[in-house]
Amino acid sequence: MSAGRAALLPPSRPEFERETLDARNIGEIERPLSLLERLGNIAALRRLLLLVLLAAVWQAYASWLDNPLIFPTFADTVAALVKGVASGELVARTVTSIKVLVMGYAAGVAAAALLTGFAVSTRIGTDLLTTLTAMFNPLPAIALLPLGLLWFGLGNPSLIFVLIHSVLWAVSLNTFSGFLAVSQTLRMAGHNYGLRGLRYVARILVPAALPAILTGLKVGWAFAWRTLIAAELVFGVSSGSGGLGWFIYENKNELETANVFAGLFTVIMIGLVVESVVFRAVENGTVRKWGMQQ
Amino acid sequence: MALAADSPAPAADTAAPLLEVEGVTLQYKTRQHLVTATYRVDFRVYRGDRFILLGPSGCGKSSLLKGVGGFLKPVEGSIRLNGRAIERPGPDRMMVFQEFDQLLPWKTVKQNVMFPMLASRRCSAREAAERAMAYIAKVGLEKFCDIYPHMLSGGMKQRVAIARAMAMEPAILLMDEPFASLDALTRRKMQDELLLLWEDIRFTMLFVTHSIEEAIIVGNRILVLSPHPGQVKAEINSDRSPDGAASLQRRIRRMLFAEEVEAAGASP
Ligand SMILES: Nc1ncnc2c1ncn2[C@@H]1O[C@H](COP(=O)(O)OP(=O)(O)OP(=O)(O)O)[C@@H](O)[C@H]1O
Ligand SMILES: [Mg+2]
Repeated sequence: MSAGRAALLPPSRPEFERETLDARNIGEIERPLSLLERLGNIAALRRLLLLVLLAAVWQAYASWLDNPLIFPTFADTVAALVKGVASGELVARTVTSIKVLVMGYAAGVAAAALLTGFAVSTRIGTDLLTTLTAMFNPLPAIALLPLGLLWFGLGNPSLIFVLIHSVLWAVSLNTFSGFLAVSQTLRMAGHNYGLRGLRYVARILVPAALPAILTGLKVGWAFAWRTLIAAELVFGVSSGSGGLGWFIYENKNELETANVFAGLFTVIMIGLVVESVVFRAVENGTVRKWGMQQ
Repeated sequence: MALAADSPAPAADTAAPLLEVEGVTLQYKTRQHLVTATYRVDFRVYRGDRFILLGPSGCGKSSLLKGVGGFLKPVEGSIRLNGRAIERPGPDRMMVFQEFDQLLPWKTVKQNVMFPMLASRRCSAREAAERAMAYIAKVGLEKFCDIYPHMLSGGMKQRVAIARAMAMEPAILLMDEPFASLDALTRRKMQDELLLLWEDIRFTMLFVTHSIEEAIIVGNRILVLSPHPGQVKAEINSDRSPDGAASLQRRIRRMLFAEEVEAAGASP
């Protein structure tokens, strides 16, 4: 036993001191990267390259398949997209969709603001929020569409109803947990300046919880966009002109497959632009700049 | 116990006390149990005092400061500022916290210093900006006034917090171990800077620390608290002369240490 202990002693080693090299003699310490290396570091460029590659594969496969009814080529899809934009039909459909989306999203966010405001100020409000979100968050918004149709009839009101449902819970849940996570020190600092009630919420809690709120808004947006397109696919005609989902559905019925692809393309593009341009810009201007994220 | 607890501070004869804490018992109620943080604590702070609350960890120093700040209501006793009972937090008692995250990350250094003045509607925007710059200069951070807090070092953040509190020119400055999380060198520098600022502006402050050394350097009057739950053990005048500081340090250490010896002796 004691021999085992003794064996565990680290070996004794000689001490030494060293002259450190002058930095000039170490060789390469800092140098600008070559152009190719720098280009390779731009994520957007790498992704663009990947997209071009995918488009080429698509084009090759569709040409080989040679069945535009089932799978149009990339060139056909682009042509359909250009035609749709030029004739104004695709643009009009997109605008219809986005109008409804904005209304539903704004209403959902406003409702979320009310609900979380109520939840931070009273205990019954907290209970209400936790219970409601636990109940409704797992429910896909689209499942409420039949009910919406029953209550509000065919048209925008029932679309807005499901949109509110898709936005409300995600935004409330994230905002509320963001509020709860605000540090005790910041809270006390806010009270110390004599801030109370709404001014306290607006000037301390909201900015301090902004990372969580933005996450909620992003998730809510993604839910809303998917829900809207899906709902429009089920029934899209309201006041004469349907939205993007309806455009896709109609063209499928008319076997204009290239147009279907063009519609899907538009859905993806809008999703990408909002997520990686709009929200990105908001984040860069706020939470990233303040060092609250990454 | 009788030690100097009621000998008045030298400058006190002339004016009424600014802050009176009388028989204050502070308690926390958690879901499971009730914790008494301090028991019947008395002390008085006069204008211009650098009043230290000194005691071992957990003796209720922060709780007392929160009581004065208006964040914690005493279950017994009273806390009065200028003769008026403290009811809620307010900008006449600015707090500097121990934590680095007390600055608002979404505001620059200058905006952080301006914020309390604007939020409490104490000054116009122009006046607030002028005052902010003056106090930022006093803590030596002019170069950093447009930078966000996440780009500052810990010591710089504490300096901003001090500037922010002082720019409000509060009746009393409440400081909760503001230098505790700094390295020894920076802490020493900050203590000297704080004293220089005091020479300059002559504010009143209530300063919490668990370091005997810091208490003697920073304070002019030291309240020694017993371990949990905090009770007043002594109130002492500080002495910064080298010999005086050393003997004072020994005296306070004996005072805090005696308790431990007694406690150890009591439970075999
Ligand atoms: N929020 C709280 N809830 C329950 N108990 C608390 C709370 N804050 C402090 N306490 C208790 O009150 C007592 C005093 O705490 P306090 O923070 O005032 O001590 P302190 O003297 O500031 O200690 P330190 O030097 O470590 O900061 C401790 O026993 C602690 O457990
Ligand atoms: Mg403390």
